[in-house]
Amino acid sequence: MSVQTAMDEAQVDQAQADRASTDQAGTGRHDPAYNFAYLDEQTKRMIRRALLKALAIPGYQVPFASREMPMPYGWGTGGVQVTAACLEPDDVLKVIDQGADDTTNAVSIRKFFQRTAGVAVTEATGEASLIQTRHRIPETPLTEGQILVYQVPIPEPLRFLEPRETETRKMHALEEYGLMHVKLYEDIAHNGAISTAYAYPVKVEGRYVMDPSPIPKFDNPRLESPAIQLFGAGREQRIYALPPYCRVESLDFEDHPFEASKADHDCDLCGCGDSYLDEVIVDDEGGRMFVCSDTDFCATRRALGHAGRLSGEALA
Amino acid sequence: MYVAVKGGERAIDAAHEWLAHERRGDRAVPELSVAQIREQMSLAVNRVMAEGSLYDPDLAALAIKQARGDLIEAVFLLRAYRTTLPRIGTSRPVDTGTMRCDRRVSATFKDAPGGQVLGPTFDYTHRLLDFKLAAEGEVPQPPSGTPDTTPKPHITGFLGRDDLIQDEPASDEVPPDLTREPLEFPAGRALRLQALTRGDEGFVLGMAYSTQRGYGRNHAFVGELRIGTVEVEMEIPELGFDICIGEVVLTECETVNQFKGSKVEPPQFTRGYGLVFGQTERKAISMALVDRALRAEELGEENTGAPAQDEEFVLAHSDNIQATGFLEHIKLPHYVDFQSEMELVRRMRREAAAQGDVVAGQKEAAE
Repeated sequence: MSVQTAMDEAQVDQAQADRASTDQAGTGRHDPAYNFAYLDEQTKRMIRRALLKALAIPGYQVPFASREMPMPYGWGTGGVQVTAACLEPDDVLKVIDQGADDTTNAVSIRKFFQRTAGVAVTEATGEASLIQTRHRIPETPLTEGQILVYQVPIPEPLRFLEPRETETRKMHALEEYGLMHVKLYEDIAHNGAISTAYAYPVKVEGRYVMDPSPIPKFDNPRLESPAIQLFGAGREQRIYALPPYCRVESLDFEDHPFEASKADHDCDLCGCGDSYLDEVIVDDEGGRMFVCSDTDFCATRRALGHAGRLSGEALA
Repeated sequence: MYVAVKGGERAIDAAHEWLAHERRGDRAVPELSVAQIREQMSLAVNRVMAEGSLYDPDLAALAIKQARGDLIEAVFLLRAYRTTLPRIGTSRPVDTGTMRCDRRVSATFKDAPGGQVLGPTFDYTHRLLDFKLAAEGEVPQPPSGTPDTTPKPHITGFLGRDDLIQDEPASDEVPPDLTREPLEFPAGRALRLQALTRGDEGFVLGMAYSTQRGYGRNHAFVGELRIGTVEVEMEIPELGFDICIGEVVLTECETVNQFKGSKVEPPQFTRGYGLVFGQTERKAISMALVDRALRAEELGEENTGAPAQDEEFVLAHSDNIQATGFLEHIKLPHYVDFQSEMELVRRMRREAAAQGDVVAGQKEAAE
């Protein structure tokens, strides 16, 4: 059981209310130069159709006519288009990158939707109706009714085994995943372990092999979720999805079972022992500290009085 | 420490402010106007329009100004703006045969009806820096003459009359639209040409050059290169007939390539085709060479595995906005992924070290 679920719910609510300064109510107004959430309604409809197809065939990559967005390809244009197609004026949006709400690209995308959709934003995972993420699944368990949108760089899990799209589409159609198993086997033969630490491939509902985007494999078990999970790859023009409670298995072998691993430390700020950690170099003598990559999770715990090894020290 | 990568909001605002300041440069120097860029940097404007897939010299000039002269960044600005424009309708195919040519040359015939017109080309200039341009002063007005209105039929048409060159029959089929449908393979020639005309000039040039050096060689003659103005016509439903809605400058290149013939077809010349917005000669010739190379399979030629013959390779990598975005995204934080790799490498090193101890121990015991 995670630490979060062990917390008293009311206490959590209080802690999040204490941190509510990061929330901003929706203005209800969007930049009048553009349609609500930037994209025109025809484009949104095209994306929604792709999303419905993706939800109907979990793990299958649906081609869609990705548009040029005002941020560069590779910086979340797929996720941004999916978010734009899903957003409604009453939504509460959270945007994270590397688990953090205040990384530069997360700030940039959040501002984009504040400007073009006028929606409310939050940093609290529990408060958000739609979360756009890059590289992490929030630590706080998601609930029914929430949507998690992933930014995907390379949607094709077989891409680095076979560069040709014409070939990989055939392999998916024929459920021909031998090449992937050979790769994992060779990893074990060479290194004694599967040497994939992030973007660890999964099999969805026993059918399609899927790239979960570059989340650390620590996050893989949480791909089975009550929330709707949507994956958008703008440059590669693909959308795929995991409907709620969909079966998601990380590929492994009976004698080399999948293992969700993380740095063998506790968070130096909140003391959490089972959250995913960032390693931070603190001096030029090899000094390091470890902190939760999920900033909302860590701050909420600290507001509840949890403390880690360095939480008393002034952090320059 | 930790602040460097986080708390980005203030940093972003400050960066934007600094950028605007740098863009302006030394305030003692007069600011460039958009009109100056449009008129005096016209080849840059043309490139930005071609790769931005939007014919608007004013917007392209504005984009160049805003992008501080970074042309790929300017293309990006134009493309992002293009996304927001409604699509009113589809024009008739333009007739390049009726082009009012500023330039028209053929390398395959010494002369042809309509003549050879050099036009405003760098071709025979000596590439010597002209220090007069650094000094202030106007260039003299060129002598005015009557515009050349002799019709200039396509050179390949003459070859076509004798069946010496492969026929390209006209079709009323609605072409696919790269900007409205996801690119899927095999793409077909119409889609390939769309991708090439908006592809990065440097990439298409490199691909074309590689065919000349033997990677998918198919020797090309420039049958014709023409640059000039064509009318764009559109049928207005309320009127029921076509009217001219504007003019665009285009560069068109048709290459004439060898073809050995096959069991069923006699030897015949084949074509490569390039058509690009604006005066963009290098790009149009490159496009024609790559188009021809990509037709290898259709023409039953041997696939030598050359990159320029590989539709997936060329089309998936020709778009500089896709390429630069993905390339530059590696500047974004990746510390979550990197952390997981670091953890894995540390663990594997630990295990290797433990293994090493065991091996060393066994060795000692054996000795």
